[in-house]
Amino acid sequence: MTIAIQKIEISRRSLMIGAAGFSFTVASGLNAGSAVAARSGEVALSPWVTISTDDTVAIMSPAAEMGQGSLTSLPLILAEELDADWSKVRVIVAPPNDALYKNPAFGYMYTAGSNAVTAYFKDLRKFGAQVRKVLLANAGNRWEVPVAELTTEPNVVIHEKSGRRLTYGEIAAFAELPAKAPEVAESELKSPEKFRLIGKDVMRVELPQKVNGSAQYSIDVQVPGMLYGAILRSPVEGAAPDKIDDAKAKAIAGVVQVVPLPYGVGVIAETPWAAFDAKDALKVTWTRSGKAWGFNSEKALPVFAAAARDMSQPTKLWAKEGDAPAALQSAATIVEAEYRNDLVYHAQMEPLNAVAAVSPAGDACELWCGVQSKSIAVTVAATALGIAPDKIAYHDMLMGGGFGRRGHRDEEYVHDAVVLSNAVKKPVKAMWTREDDVHNGRFNPLSAHFLRAGFDASGKLIAFHHRKACDEVTAFQDPVRFERQKGRDGIAYNGLDAPYYEIPNRLGEAVPRESGLRTSSLRGIAHLTNIFAIESFMDELARKRGIDPATFRRDLVKTNPRAVNIIDKVSRMADWGKKRDGSALGFTYMNYSGTQIALAAEVSLDRKSGALRVRNVWTALDPGITVQPDNIVAQTESSIVYGLGFALFERITVDDGAVQESGFYDYRVPRMSDIPEMHIEVVASNNHPTGVGQMATPLMAPAIANAVAELTGVRLRESPMTPERVKKALG
Amino acid sequence: MATDFQLNGKAAHSAAPPATPLLWVIREELKLTGTKFGCGTGLCGACMVHIDGKRAFSCQTQIGQIAGRAVTTIEGLSADSSHPVQKAWLAERVPQCGYCQSGQIMSAADLLAHNAKPDRAQIVEHMSTNICRCGTYPRIVRAIQRAAQEA
Repeated sequence: MTIAIQKIEISRRSLMIGAAGFSFTVASGLNAGSAVAARSGEVALSPWVTISTDDTVAIMSPAAEMGQGSLTSLPLILAEELDADWSKVRVIVAPPNDALYKNPAFGYMYTAGSNAVTAYFKDLRKFGAQVRKVLLANAGNRWEVPVAELTTEPNVVIHEKSGRRLTYGEIAAFAELPAKAPEVAESELKSPEKFRLIGKDVMRVELPQKVNGSAQYSIDVQVPGMLYGAILRSPVEGAAPDKIDDAKAKAIAGVVQVVPLPYGVGVIAETPWAAFDAKDALKVTWTRSGKAWGFNSEKALPVFAAAARDMSQPTKLWAKEGDAPAALQSAATIVEAEYRNDLVYHAQMEPLNAVAAVSPAGDACELWCGVQSKSIAVTVAATALGIAPDKIAYHDMLMGGGFGRRGHRDEEYVHDAVVLSNAVKKPVKAMWTREDDVHNGRFNPLSAHFLRAGFDASGKLIAFHHRKACDEVTAFQDPVRFERQKGRDGIAYNGLDAPYYEIPNRLGEAVPRESGLRTSSLRGIAHLTNIFAIESFMDELARKRGIDPATFRRDLVKTNPRAVNIIDKVSRMADWGKKRDGSALGFTYMNYSGTQIALAAEVSLDRKSGALRVRNVWTALDPGITVQPDNIVAQTESSIVYGLGFALFERITVDDGAVQESGFYDYRVPRMSDIPEMHIEVVASNNHPTGVGQMATPLMAPAIANAVAELTGVRLRESPMTPERVKKALG
Repeated sequence: MATDFQLNGKAAHSAAPPATPLLWVIREELKLTGTKFGCGTGLCGACMVHIDGKRAFSCQTQIGQIAGRAVTTIEGLSADSSHPVQKAWLAERVPQCGYCQSGQIMSAADLLAHNAKPDRAQIVEHMSTNICRCGTYPRIVRAIQRAAQEA
């Protein structure tokens, strides 16, 4: 199997076909697949599948690849129902075409929220089954036997009665396509025990390129005559250049042009070193436009916390069940608690960059970028140039990490490359330095949480109230989606009311702040901060009631056998009841978009320095059908490490609206020496597959805080739990 | 000013000013893009290469310093991904986004070249120069142990 990450021509006609719905009205050159293959002896059986007479099966992969493995797992789902021989599958990166390849959960091509497999699963199975039916029909016609007598093995149609066999490639040589795609009933799909590919690990298609340096990210693109761009951005969101002194910058050898922009000043040079030097040599003063001037994150957090507590503050209802305020009034016991989270940064390893080549007339553009939404990238480029989207020739590149940073509606680093290239009408590689990437980061928002719970006289938990004060995220990240969702900000508030816990009265309320800071979805998304609050609080409630924390949670999910199973499993894995010497365990559970996950952490403490050490992490997750089990383990290892950094040391601070950190010297991320032993079990079930890309991340901070509470009796309420904060809390 | 040196066993030449980081010469002048830019401050290891057989941060090495010396990049580690570390990396399915992996592999190859059977603590100490934001660390440990065994 090979992977083609290449430019894909797609005709206007095929766009129309897609817009009219899935169709088999395919003629030569009309189909994305056939155009990709661009070889003789190939038949495009659908916009998703092209079969060659040499028996190669080319399958479109619609999601963006940022390390999570969707490039492999999505076409594999289609191949399963097609009964394709995986060794003959060629994975093709789908071109930007929302009509054909949109993520059904978003309505456009956007890879986020760990939902690619979840959202595409049903359609991909149907598409695979449809093509298989076409192959069966053609074989049946050729042999003049009823289709019901035919079966398939990988890439072969078989008529058992007569012992005849036709490979998919042989059928492609004479295949006639129906005008309409065949219907596929749910009952015609394979039952899970018949799966040949799903649930069996295959080599991720692009992995061989990732051990020899040949994997191509946008930063690697080389175009003849290419120049290099760097941009000095305003320190505060919304500020613009006021006075620009570019004399020193222009004097640097190799500098071609200085380009004033609404949000900064760009420099274009013949070499990257000249571009970076020139950027550093710019002297720019900024307008005081923008809301965040004067904002200080350390001073703001107590203000946020006061707002979260203040019941007279304006709120937005996130979710409610029953009547939590009334239940709290009648409760025999009320428990209240507060938690805080600092701003945190994605720190994807590839600093943001893109390459654009605007035509001399400015009427077309070639674009190379790594983005979570190629639909948005094309729109950004077309809009910046005032040209039609079909004038953008888009090249899909691998991403050196995404984590939520690369799917904003403005995809500003793509915009950078396009406007700089347009200024000189030459190809430009626009690169951010690591410092640019930190200073202009878009962060998981600062948040303060106020929680209340009420128990009745019998000790039953009857009310749960969670108020979160933070800047809204979707409003900044994606105003289009924000409007479509009528102002509901799932990126900030999902899971606020812990809807999976069986509590009769629940209320989740947003207390929106408007600081003017840049915000973003970030691995773990709303759960990252909400679950720190909720799972810390659950631990406090259990202790208050004198109930074992794992048992306390188990009782709150008792009608969900999958949840109970996962909690019991992690309890066994961690030997949860056992006391440790010099360390202690903390327990957590979460239902994240249907994925059941529990996690326990073993933590020790250096009381002198306040440093926490996570020795072991045990976690088990049930994401339904496990498409690629080993990759689920890998994603879980990954999300543990990512969550560890946020829990222990990662922290962005803002003063006078500007980011104070600059790079890995003052923004510490986990290294190998920081990581615990990890014990991971994946529980497969026959439920619809749910997300696996970020599940452990939100559980790390509360698991650690809960372990510290067990170890010391002291509750840590602020993430990250830095040594200074731990020492202060211990007193 | 021009610099002559050896790159992956062949004569190489750069016209960049002497203070230019080797990283940018390798990537943008000589077009070997497997070596990555991650931080420019010698703190992440994405730019790791070998100079005269020892690992070095190419972002912290000026082109003027390597006249006459031998530089190996990921592209020169083996012609066909056959270095034991590369083979182990695939066997353990290490990469996720993959961006840091050239640097990780160059660091690991350097470790094994100087210590054929490192213990876990030695692996952790040596490899903590390199950041992997995807957190592939447990698999990196396993891959190095495998490479040490199979080499």
